[in-house]
Amino acid sequence: MSDSDNVRVLKQVGTRPIRPDGVDKVTGRARFGADLVLPSMLSGAVLRSPYAHARIVSIDTSKAQALPGVHAVVTRDDFPDLPSEFVPAGEMLVNYREMSMNVMAREKALYDGHAVAAVAATSAGITRRAIQLIEVDYEVLAHVIDVDEAMKEDAPVLHEDLFTAGVEPAPTKASNIAKRVEFGFGDLDAGFAAADVVIEREFDTQPVHQGYIEPHACVASFTEDGQAELWCCTQGHFVVRAHCARLLGMDVSRLRVTASEIGGGFGGKTVVYLEPLALALSRKAKRPVKLVMTREDVLRATGPTSGARVWVKMGVTKNGTITAADALLKYQAGAFQGSPVQPGAMCAFAPYDLDNVRAVGFDVVSNRPKVAAYRAPGGPISEYGVESVVDELAAAIGMDPIRLRLENAAKEGTKAAYGPRFGPIGLEATLEAAKAHEHWSAPLGPNQGRGVASGFWFNIGGDTCATINLGEDGSIALTLGTPDIGGSRASVAMMAAEELGVPAETVRPLIADTSSLGYTFLTGGSRVTFSSGMAAVAAARNVIDQLRERAAKTWDIPVDAVVWEDGEARPASSNAGEFEPLTLAQLAKDMGKTGGPIVGAAAINAQGAGPSFGTHVVDVEVDRGTGRVWVTRYTVIQDAGKAVHPSYVEGQLQGGAVQGIGWALNEEYVYGEDGRLQNAGFLDYRIPVCSDVPMIDAVIVEVPNPRHPYGVRGVGETPIVPPMAAINNAIANATGLRMTTLPMSPPRVLKALENAALPAAAE
Amino acid sequence: MARVTLTSTLGQYTGGLLEVEVEARDIRALLRELAARYPPLAPHLDEGLAVAIDGEIFQDTWFEPIPEGAEVSLMPKIGGG
Repeated sequence: MSDSDNVRVLKQVGTRPIRPDGVDKVTGRARFGADLVLPSMLSGAVLRSPYAHARIVSIDTSKAQALPGVHAVVTRDDFPDLPSEFVPAGEMLVNYREMSMNVMAREKALYDGHAVAAVAATSAGITRRAIQLIEVDYEVLAHVIDVDEAMKEDAPVLHEDLFTAGVEPAPTKASNIAKRVEFGFGDLDAGFAAADVVIEREFDTQPVHQGYIEPHACVASFTEDGQAELWCCTQGHFVVRAHCARLLGMDVSRLRVTASEIGGGFGGKTVVYLEPLALALSRKAKRPVKLVMTREDVLRATGPTSGARVWVKMGVTKNGTITAADALLKYQAGAFQGSPVQPGAMCAFAPYDLDNVRAVGFDVVSNRPKVAAYRAPGGPISEYGVESVVDELAAAIGMDPIRLRLENAAKEGTKAAYGPRFGPIGLEATLEAAKAHEHWSAPLGPNQGRGVASGFWFNIGGDTCATINLGEDGSIALTLGTPDIGGSRASVAMMAAEELGVPAETVRPLIADTSSLGYTFLTGGSRVTFSSGMAAVAAARNVIDQLRERAAKTWDIPVDAVVWEDGEARPASSNAGEFEPLTLAQLAKDMGKTGGPIVGAAAINAQGAGPSFGTHVVDVEVDRGTGRVWVTRYTVIQDAGKAVHPSYVEGQLQGGAVQGIGWALNEEYVYGEDGRLQNAGFLDYRIPVCSDVPMIDAVIVEVPNPRHPYGVRGVGETPIVPPMAAINNAIANATGLRMTTLPMSPPRVLKALENAALPAAAE
Repeated sequence: MARVTLTSTLGQYTGGLLEVEVEARDIRALLRELAARYPPLAPHLDEGLAVAIDGEIFQDTWFEPIPEGAEVSLMPKIGGG
């Protein structure tokens, strides 16, 4: 794969064909997690803790097991205790003891909704009745929800074996602080001394859920000889296989996992909840078991991203040079360690070229569901604080906020606060595009304001396989291992088609199960179009090599004398001989005679993912009577490297902005004094709906990633980073008020307006 | 000889050194040399790290060559949603 590929004329990449899964999805044929029905299948259900923190003294399942129709009940006794160690699971580092304890509570229930037992029976009604018959004796313990409260010396401690990592000397007393991390370089004191203006702010953000429309669901089927099949909605069925095999003590080869179509994930479906329970129930019952979460289950028991307390201090000179930047981040991890504070700290100042910078982070457990990845995990939280302060710095020195960002923007060669220097990146291009966009200079009405913010995400590659099977008629089946969440099947097929010189519609992509393809890491980290794209291109080139060989044999000339162009084999030059080109269909028809079936395969560990930067411009209108903030106009500008299917890049940009609008204005978990979640449903946990948002204008900037054959960068995560700060900055522009707590919901904005006693409040 | 930069967190295990020079032909050799030179650092090099060579980040790969004079950074491995 060479750089020269980036400049060749492309016929498929960059176009907008109809997605291969489109008809199934609009006609209802697509099969999601809960759609599979197997013969003799049992209905499963999970009993969940009603307490935020409680010792489980005993569990009596005898009455439930005696209920006619009940085939299996599982509790903590059905899962082995695993050692507390971080071990690699594919590309992930996982503490299986904690994962197992999260899937099924052991000696303690650690949050409202923590699974305590599960039942499988012949009908949903019997299952519900059986759940009611399970008797759990709880000893209720003091709980802690807030991150600062959890960090106090006298806070209820969740885990007696949790000692803060990353501090020297190592603590001898257990606490809720799992880890301290620090990044940075330079001399902060000197940097702040050189500043003309220093601004220091503290921000609060709330945990927010990924809000995928499809709740978790799976069907497990265990046989008497210890083999199992699992069908589930997941972002990574190979990872599910690894986790479940470990939790249940199986060889991975005995577990075949199929990823269903998926109704959203956003990072939240990179972990397991129901899958090990369904397998354990099926192993006992020797019948297939289906488990499906309700929305209440999803909100009580699956990972949102962290809420956090964020402190930011930055200094700037009058001419717009940021001289120092410092941040302290305290992220909630939920009931088990593993918040995204580390990437949050690394992202915090990534958009800036700084000489003196530091970001310190703490990973803190509390009695909430364990957090899970959510688009650019950790980045939106820290960058919300930083980008809000940057806006204040610009205002303080009387400089346009885009200009201040351009003056200090990270560019190729900039040493990032987390260590390495950036290669070619597109932050400046997005800022210039924002400045030039008509939106930036459009007039505003009364009570309206405009905000801007930038954002960053690393993007990753990783283990990825793809195969291409050439059909006897010349059509192509492309097999991938990355579940398709956002149109990746279409984009990857387009790259394969581009290589093979055929229309995109000729390539039929499908997502294979774990027994039909080599290990492939999950769909996450904005890696699929990049990594599966690279694998598909490599597989296609493998097929092309075989096709050239077959043509060379047919013409009886050396293979080096055959080229592949526009979907057919041609002599490389007249010196090679005069032969009519052989099309893909002709070569496919005769492939048995020329050597046998043609199958291309690639198994790669994709490296060289290029980071993506974006800049968002947003207009809001603030209702001073109610505190309601309306987003009236929104423009997302992002570097995609190369947009393979621009519609799906735009979709990612728009989706990220909309989720960010919800994070900024509405979404939060409300816990009662008893530690129970009060708003476990979409009526009370309010994600944006169509009527809440304007059309999101998406502008794609293309600064090619030199390591990808088509220049691709991941695009799925960066767009959720800037919205919270951009909206905060717009509200400040509209009202003169600087909000420091998310969400900026009507009661909170109204209270701020009233406290400020703005003259306009009397209008 | 490569110039290797460590994060502040990893610097706790090198006696506060955040920049060291290491002769290593590839990533695995680099990690072995660092583990031998700074034993307290060794457990933190086994998993969960990424290595940036002249700005390009590599994860879960041992045999990427390290050119003479390269600027190398050790950093936490990146995941994502």
